Amino acid sequence: MAEKVLMKGNEALAEAAIQCGCKHYFGYPITPQTEVAAYMSKRLPKEGGVFLQAESEVAAINMVLGATSAGVRAMTSSSSPGISLKSEGVSYIGGSDLPALIINVQRGGPGLGGIQPSQSDYWQATKALGHGDFQLFVLAPSTIQEMVDFVSLAYEVGEKYRVPAMILSDGMLGQMMEPVEFPQKKEGPIAEKAWATNGHQNKRKKNIINSLYIQPEELENLIKERYERYAKIKEEEQRAEEFMCDDAEIFVVAFGASSRVSRSAVMQARAEGIKAGLIRPITLWPFPDKTIEKNVDKAKKFLCVEMNMGQMVDDVKLVVNGRKDVEFFGRTGGIIPTPAEVLGEIRKLAGKEN
Amino acid sequence: MAKVTINEALCKGCGLCVEACPKKLLVLATDHINAKGYHPSTMTDESQCVGCASCAIMCPDVAIKVER
Amino acid sequence: MAVVFEKPKALADVPFHYCPGCTHGIVHRLVAEVLDELGVEGQTVGVASVGCSVFSYNYFNCDMVQAAHGRAPAVATGLKRALPDNVIFTYQGDGDLAAIGMAETVHAATRGENITVIFINNAIYGMTGGQMAPTSLPGQVTQTSPYGRDVKTAGYPIRVCELLSTLSGTALAQRVTVDSVAHVREAKKAIKKGFENQINKRGYSIIEVVSTCPTNWGLSPKEAMNWLRDNMLPYYPLGVYKDVTAEGGEQ
Repeated sequence: MAEKVLMKGNEALAEAAIQCGCKHYFGYPITPQTEVAAYMSKRLPKEGGVFLQAESEVAAINMVLGATSAGVRAMTSSSSPGISLKSEGVSYIGGSDLPALIINVQRGGPGLGGIQPSQSDYWQATKALGHGDFQLFVLAPSTIQEMVDFVSLAYEVGEKYRVPAMILSDGMLGQMMEPVEFPQKKEGPIAEKAWATNGHQNKRKKNIINSLYIQPEELENLIKERYERYAKIKEEEQRAEEFMCDDAEIFVVAFGASSRVSRSAVMQARAEGIKAGLIRPITLWPFPDKTIEKNVDKAKKFLCVEMNMGQMVDDVKLVVNGRKDVEFFGRTGGIIPTPAEVLGEIRKLAGKEN
Repeated sequence: MAKVTINEALCKGCGLCVEACPKKLLVLATDHINAKGYHPSTMTDESQCVGCASCAIMCPDVAIKVER
Repeated sequence: MAVVFEKPKALADVPFHYCPGCTHGIVHRLVAEVLDELGVEGQTVGVASVGCSVFSYNYFNCDMVQAAHGRAPAVATGLKRALPDNVIFTYQGDGDLAAIGMAETVHAATRGENITVIFINNAIYGMTGGQMAPTSLPGQVTQTSPYGRDVKTAGYPIRVCELLSTLSGTALAQRVTVDSVAHVREAKKAIKKGFENQINKRGYSIIEVVSTCPTNWGLSPKEAMNWLRDNMLPYYPLGVYKDVTAEGGEQ
């Protein structure tokens, strides 16, 4: 067993990336993710890697596109307004079938919004991070340990299916400290990519990394092929945690920071005799509809708890499809709901008014 | 003695080679068009060609091969 | 008989989509000739930009990446940092390099990013049908300056080589053209120097090629060359604006 160390979320994630073989980091300062860049600037030069503070988020994501095209593991990190700037490059990465790791340590929006934790980029991450038909593999950690563990998962899934991957964190997870354990270093180098543009050395046909297809039939066929990969990801890569769900009647659905609050509220509800349970989506895309579906019959009600005005709740409703009530409770603007607030909502749904 | 080979299929009839030829040996054909619909560049008198390759150097479509 | 001129090997056997008389084809060929002469096609990765030259990924036989509008220097930076011993070049037009991608251009240059940039300045947006470019001349009529570029409202054209020559990271900033055999030969020399600089790790090299756009200028290829000489070259004088090898001191 490796030793446990106390680390800040942003720094733990950065260290995990280095241990996964990411030697190329391109970023731009923005609160509350700046520790990722600061940590990388300290560590990467000593690892023979590249830390580059770009002139903009737009440039940083395109540097990631370039480095990824060369076949290396690269990453960038930012926070909400910066992610919007990156959306152009993310679309090109998706349209060029490149894997890449993008970290969003969310803060309140829209616009400059605030610098406190938020989950209001759920729609952006899962539905529309850039123009065109494409998806990212999106993971939502809820502990610092998951900030570490999800980095290798994001790289592995992204490379397997050639899709960009995002870790959708938030200002709370980025800034807080918890003890973490790093997995033992993996054996061997990262697999060679046959598609990489790293110079053909007159030994193979030339490779082209491209997202332009002028013939509509060609573009449609390519997108359809990509959606076959997405279907496979939906089938094989859904992840969710079920907590006290076996006999539950009130199902709280929450991810990331709000799932930590919800877990406390569920435990308190149980202490009061309310049969509450928590479904915690770990992959936000693909949304873990199988886990929701499995519990629809026995559920009396669903309660989505989010740090936004209600975004993931749409995906829960799509699965539940009118069979049960799906309620929403959220705080936004950088405010984290309290366990007491969530407990109050659970009580209401259980018919036990405060 | 030089040989200028013009790949008519690639020629777009821009005439830059006609301008470039110091001996004015090239013309745009008036008697036929190529598959693209252009009047292709044509050598009028190869015996006078010195193989300077000026035509090929100015050709934007890399349609000309020169041998000497 | 010996071959004195034929298609370079680094150029694919694919007809160009460019309009008749468009000088992109000449410059493509020069880049390919240089890759052949330096024997680096197998190590080279080119970055195509958005504009008429977007399809250049089909024309060069080396590995190619197609970048978003203006982002070629950032993509090239990522490639070069991952592949420091490979040869990385961008091929960009004036709208791409000097408008939407000016930030990426200036910062790649000031970082001394060890890449080679081929910059086609024809004072117009070609692909989208002839709109005003950052390098369109004062008074130049384009689709979006139908009364001529009014410097009072549209500002002045940018002289890219002059601007980038002020940056310490720039190794070479040279402006050439391809309106005549002599100028084409000079342009090739400059392009070769730009690639040699990269191989010798000297930093950012930009070769600006003053070019024509007969179609969107509304001129014949021959008239376009005359217009280039009469109007473009006085505003964009040919020459070496910065060359670290000439200054005697290597960076």
